[in-house]
Amino acid sequence: MNDFLRRMLFLPEQASTFARDLDRLHFFVILTTFVMSFLVGTTAILFFVRFRRRSETQTTPHIEPPMWLEALFVTIPLSFFLLWFFVGFNEFVRQQTPPADAMDVYVMGKKWMWKFAYPDGPNAINVLRVPAGRNVRLLMTSRDVIHSFYVPEFRIKKDVLPGRYTDQWFNAVAPGRFQILCAEYCGAGHSVMRGEVIVMKPEEYETWLALQKRGALASRQDGSPTEIEGTPALGNLVEQGKRVAAEKGCLKCHSIDGTRHIGPTWLDLYHRRERLTTGAFIDADEAYLTRSMMDPAAEIVDGYQPVMPGYEGKLTAPETSALVEYIKSLQSDAVRTGPSEGPSYAPLRNN
Amino acid sequence: MRLSETTDSLAGAPPLETLNYLTDGTTVMSWVNTRDHKRVGVMFLAAVLVAFFLGGLFALTLRMKLLQPGPFLMDALSYNRLFTLHGVVMIFLFLIPAIPGAFGNFMVPLMIGARDVAFPRLNLASFYLYLLGAAIAIWGMVHGGADTGWTFYTPYSSTTPTQVLPILLGVFVLGFSSILTGLNFIVTVHTLRAPGLNWMRMPLFVWGIYGTSIIQVLATPVLGITVLIVAVERFAGFGMFDPARGGDPVLYQHMFWFYSHPAVYIMVLPAMGVISETVCTFSRKNPFGYRAIALSSLGIAFVGFFTWGHHLFVAGQSTFDAGAFGLLSMLVGIFTAIKVFNWVGTMYRGAIKFTTPFAYICGFLYFIVFGGMTGIALATTSLDIHWHDTYFVVAHFHFIMVGASVMAFLAALHYWFPKMFGKTYSEGWGLVAAALIILGFNATFVPQFLLGNYGMPRRYYQYPDHFQALNVASTAGSTLLGFGFLIILIYLVIALRWGARCTQNPWGSKGFEWLSASPPPTHNFDEIPTITQMPHDYRTHEPPGVIRVS
Repeated sequence: MNDFLRRMLFLPEQASTFARDLDRLHFFVILTTFVMSFLVGTTAILFFVRFRRRSETQTTPHIEPPMWLEALFVTIPLSFFLLWFFVGFNEFVRQQTPPADAMDVYVMGKKWMWKFAYPDGPNAINVLRVPAGRNVRLLMTSRDVIHSFYVPEFRIKKDVLPGRYTDQWFNAVAPGRFQILCAEYCGAGHSVMRGEVIVMKPEEYETWLALQKRGALASRQDGSPTEIEGTPALGNLVEQGKRVAAEKGCLKCHSIDGTRHIGPTWLDLYHRRERLTTGAFIDADEAYLTRSMMDPAAEIVDGYQPVMPGYEGKLTAPETSALVEYIKSLQSDAVRTGPSEGPSYAPLRNN
Repeated sequence: MRLSETTDSLAGAPPLETLNYLTDGTTVMSWVNTRDHKRVGVMFLAAVLVAFFLGGLFALTLRMKLLQPGPFLMDALSYNRLFTLHGVVMIFLFLIPAIPGAFGNFMVPLMIGARDVAFPRLNLASFYLYLLGAAIAIWGMVHGGADTGWTFYTPYSSTTPTQVLPILLGVFVLGFSSILTGLNFIVTVHTLRAPGLNWMRMPLFVWGIYGTSIIQVLATPVLGITVLIVAVERFAGFGMFDPARGGDPVLYQHMFWFYSHPAVYIMVLPAMGVISETVCTFSRKNPFGYRAIALSSLGIAFVGFFTWGHHLFVAGQSTFDAGAFGLLSMLVGIFTAIKVFNWVGTMYRGAIKFTTPFAYICGFLYFIVFGGMTGIALATTSLDIHWHDTYFVVAHFHFIMVGASVMAFLAALHYWFPKMFGKTYSEGWGLVAAALIILGFNATFVPQFLLGNYGMPRRYYQYPDHFQALNVASTAGSTLLGFGFLIILIYLVIALRWGARCTQNPWGSKGFEWLSASPPPTHNFDEIPTITQMPHDYRTHEPPGVIRVS
C-alpha cells in the first residue's frame, strides 16, 4: 500500500528514517483532500441536476441554514485541519531536534557549490559521504546569498543562510547515492547547484575516513573514492585531470561536449581565439588557461558572467597541470594532426 | 411594501437615445479627465487585461523552455529574468488591481446605490499611479530586468548586478495606487450606502471588496517600507538585511510576507465576492448563510495578517514560531471552508442555469477546494519541509491565483459584460473557451503538484532528466490554457464591436447593481433607490429586466 501510493504520487524513494512517517501523513492529507473535493464536487453536480432551471420565470424559496449546519461546516474541516496539524507538528519537532549522539558535518553553500567539512579533518566539494544508520547533523552556513539544502529522498530541506548557522539532521537507512539540490533561488547557477550524498556501509565509511585521516591523500581536497567503488588509481595526467575536474566541480559550469553552459565549453578550447569582454582577443594557451583558474575575473570571455570563484591556493600545482592537460585533450578532431590535404569533411566525433 | 418609483421608471430597457456613461462624451479628454467610477473601472479593466496578456506570454515562454532539461531556447539569466517578470506583472499589475480596480470600481457604487465613489478624483489618481508604477516597472524590465524573482529575497536582491531598482520603485508606486483604491472603497461603503441598505443587506461582493480594502490599507505600507529598504540597501549600502554588514536576511522575509501573505487575500477575497454574487444569480436563489459568508470575509482579512510565518518553516525561524503560525494558518482555511459550503448550499433548491459564468463558478469551486486544502497541507509544518520551494508550492498558488482568482475574474467579466457594455457575447464560444481553460488548467498544474512531490525545486532553469515527462505534460496543458484565453479575447472583441444589444437585466438577476440601466448613465440613478430587502431575493417572480425591491 505504502509503495503503491508513493508511486502514484511520484514521491521519491524513502531513504531516511523520517520519510516513511512523513509519507504516511502525506497520504492521509492528500486522500482527505481528494475526498473533500469529490464530496463538494458531487454535491454541486447533484444539486445542478436536481435543481435545474425549468422556466425563466421560476421562483425559489428563501432558505437560511440552521445554526447547527453552520457549526458543522466549521467543526468538520477544523477537526481535520487540527488533526493534520498536531500529527505534523509532532513530526516537525522531531525533525528540528537533532539527537545528542549525532555526528557533525559542516556544510557551506556558496554560488554554486556545496562544501562539506568533517570535524576529523577531511573535506569535500559537492560530495557528502555519510554512514548508513547513523544520526548525522549538518551545521550549515552560506558564504554569499541564501541557499537551501534539499535531499528529496530524505525529505529534508533547510535554508542555508549567510551570517548564521542552521542545522538539519537525518538518518539514512541504507547505502545509496542521492542528489542534493539547492531549493532557494540563488542566481544563474541555481539549478545546477547540485551535489550528491553517498550513503556508505558503516565499515566502508570508517575505512574511507581512516584513509583520509592518515593523510595519505591529504593534499587532495575531496576525499578520493574508496577501493570498493572501484575507482582506478592515479592514471596519466589527462585521466587525473578528468577526475580533478569532477571533484572540484569544474564540470558544474563547463561542458566538455561543446554545449554552452555557465562558463565556456572546454571542447576545442585549447588554442581557441577568444574574444574578451574588453574587446581584445586572446589565444587560449596553457598560460591563459592557468590564469583563468587562478584569477578568473581578470579576463572574462565575452558573453559570460564573472561568476567563477578563484582557485588560487585551492588547486595544487600537479592538479593544475592535470586540468590543463585534460582540457588540451578535449579536441573534437583529436585524431587529425598537421594541415589537411584535399577536401576536408567535418569529422565525426567518436564516442 | 413598495420601494420607490425609481425602480419602476427603470423597468424595461431604457430607450436607446438615453446617454449612457460610454456615450456621454466620446473624446479622449473626456476619458482621461473622467471622474466617473465606471470609466475608471473600464480603464483599469483595459490596463489589467494588457498586463495579463503580457504575463501570460512570459509564462508560455517559460513553459516552452522547460520542455528540455538542459539549456534550450534561452540562457539561464534570461530565464531568471523572465520568471521574475512573469511574477511581478501577474501579481502587481494584474491580480492585485484586477477585480477591485476594474469590477470593484464599476460595481460597488452601483450596488450600494451611490452616484460615485467617495473620492472620485482620488480614484482617477489611483489609476494614474497604477500606470506610472507599471511604466517604471516595465521600463526597468526592458532596461536590463531584475533576476530576483518577484519575492526579491535579500541578500540576493541587494547584491545581484541586474537592474532591481526600477522594479522596486515601480512596486512602491503601485502600492500607493492600491492603498488609495482601498481607502476610497472603505469610505464609500461607510458613507454612501443608499437609504435602507444596512450592513446586513449589503451585497456580498461589497463585503468582499470591503475586506480587501482593509488589507490593502493596512498591509501595503509595509511592502512600501520593505522595498524602500532594499532600494536604500542597494544604492547606499544600508545593510539592514545584509549579514555582511550586520543585518539579517530573515528579517526581510518576515517583512515581505507580512504584506505578501495578506496580499494573497487581496487577490482572492474579491474573487470570492464575485462568486457569492454569480452563484446566487445563476442558481436564482438567496445566498445560503449570508451572514456567514459576509463575516468570514472579515475573518479572512483579520486572521490573514497572522499567518505570514508559514512561508518561513525552513528559513531558520524558531520551531515555536513555526507551530504558532501553522496553527493560525489552519484558521484561515476554516473561513474559506465556510464560504465554500455556503456557495454549494446556495444551489440547494435553486433554479440553476448553466451559462459561461456558471462554468467558471464550477471551476472555481473545484480549484479553491483543492488549492485551499493543499495550502492547509503546506501549512502542516512537517509536510512543508519536503514541499517547500518545490513545484508543489507553485502548483498550489497557481490553483489559488489562477484557479480561483482568474476563474472568478472570468466569471465577473462574462457576468458583468452586458452590464458594462450593454452587449451580448457568443454563449457557445464562451462555453468552449471555459471548457478549454478548465481542462488546460488542470493539465498544466496537476503535473506540477506531482513534480513537487517528486522533488523538483522551483525557479530551475535546468533540471535532472527524470523530471522531463511531467514538465512536457505541463507545457502541453499550458498551450490549451493559452488557446482558451485567445478565444475569449476574440469573441469579446467581436461582441464589443458587433454584439447584439442586450436587455437591461439579461440574467434576470436580483443583485442591486442591476437596479440601474445597462450600461448605466453617468449619474447611475435618476433617483437614489431605497433598499428594503436583501439582495438576491427570488421569492417573487418578475419579468427579466425588472427588479422590484419590495
